[in-house]
Amino acid sequence: MLTDLYVFADSPVHRARPVVKIAALVVLCTSLFVFEGWIAVTVAGVLVFAGFALAGLGPRHAIVSLRPALWILAAIFAVQLYMTDVVFAGFIVARFVVLILAAALVTLTTRTSEFVDGILSALRFAPSWVPKAQIALAVSLFLRFVPLVRTALDDVREAQRARGLDRNLKAILVPLVVRILKTADEVSQAIYARSFD
Amino acid sequence: MDTRDVVFIALFAAIVAALAVFPPITLPVVGVPVTAQSLGVMLAGGVLGAARGGLALVLFLALVALGLPLLAGGRGGFGVFLGPSGGFLVGWIVAAFAIGFLTELFWNRLNYVVALAICVAGGVVLLYAIGVPWIAAVAKIPVGTALTGSLPFIPGDIVKALVAAGVIVTVKRSYPIITPRSRTQKQT
Repeated sequence: MLTDLYVFADSPVHRARPVVKIAALVVLCTSLFVFEGWIAVTVAGVLVFAGFALAGLGPRHAIVSLRPALWILAAIFAVQLYMTDVVFAGFIVARFVVLILAAALVTLTTRTSEFVDGILSALRFAPSWVPKAQIALAVSLFLRFVPLVRTALDDVREAQRARGLDRNLKAILVPLVVRILKTADEVSQAIYARSFD
Repeated sequence: MDTRDVVFIALFAAIVAALAVFPPITLPVVGVPVTAQSLGVMLAGGVLGAARGGLALVLFLALVALGLPLLAGGRGGFGVFLGPSGGFLVGWIVAAFAIGFLTELFWNRLNYVVALAICVAGGVVLLYAIGVPWIAAVAKIPVGTALTGSLPFIPGDIVKALVAAGVIVTVKRSYPIITPRSRTQKQT
């Protein structure tokens, strides 16, 4: 099944409207780059820390969010340390940490379905040249088909394992892609048949 | 852009998402994980063409930004775009579009070598031309240093281009979707 990164809880951060959270994130990220310096990073860091505390998220969630970027951040720190000094290297890395944690705070406290609903309802106010129905169709088809493609991928890998080809990427991808393209044609014919347009 | 195109976009975005479940192969010595996901980027362009391939990546990355953990290793959310390597994700859209455009352009002469050249040009050269200056800008390091740091990833991406070119050529033979640029308004 398709799960999001949402952490279930009830807090003012969880209850805030997605639009508000995204707007706050945009403002925070922009100001971190506009007002460069330790003061901005410290203020933003305190705000993000307060947000984590308010939402009831522990250090565990922060570590999970930071882990993928860890090696790149370590490399950047090393390069900056070599080129400038420890203060500046620390600043650059601290800014990344604050940015990533701020984004994680929004992601962990908002269901993807809330975002999608928000986008689809915002589309009502979009100008007429925006293909609203098609965007809505694409998003819902995507959410429906991710699990299906995963199943198809598993099927193809099983079949190719029987032939000893399960380590051959091409032997897996060609049947997968052709199968999905065929499914896409069938789905679009089914949509035409129901007079979606 | 009719309903059939929308379905292709949505399903190919789903393929890119599904490729995240491929176990990442870690290159020996340098210890860089290589995932199948950027292979999906090359395939989106080479199988669907410029507009649909690019939009498939827009759709995929939009839902990643909204918090679905669809990137390799279960990553997702706004944070991945704000991290140092966010430029490579944005570059995926451009790369898929460019690969699609070139594939449409050379559709009637497409063979393995041409497809490989297209995949390397769009999926490696162009992608790094976006991702590397992005790292340099956000981490305030010289472009040369950022490029050196990205070099370990390039062998993996070349391997992916080798695989993607083969898949693109085979899919062209068995289930062609793209309409060549020279002849318009002729659907298969």
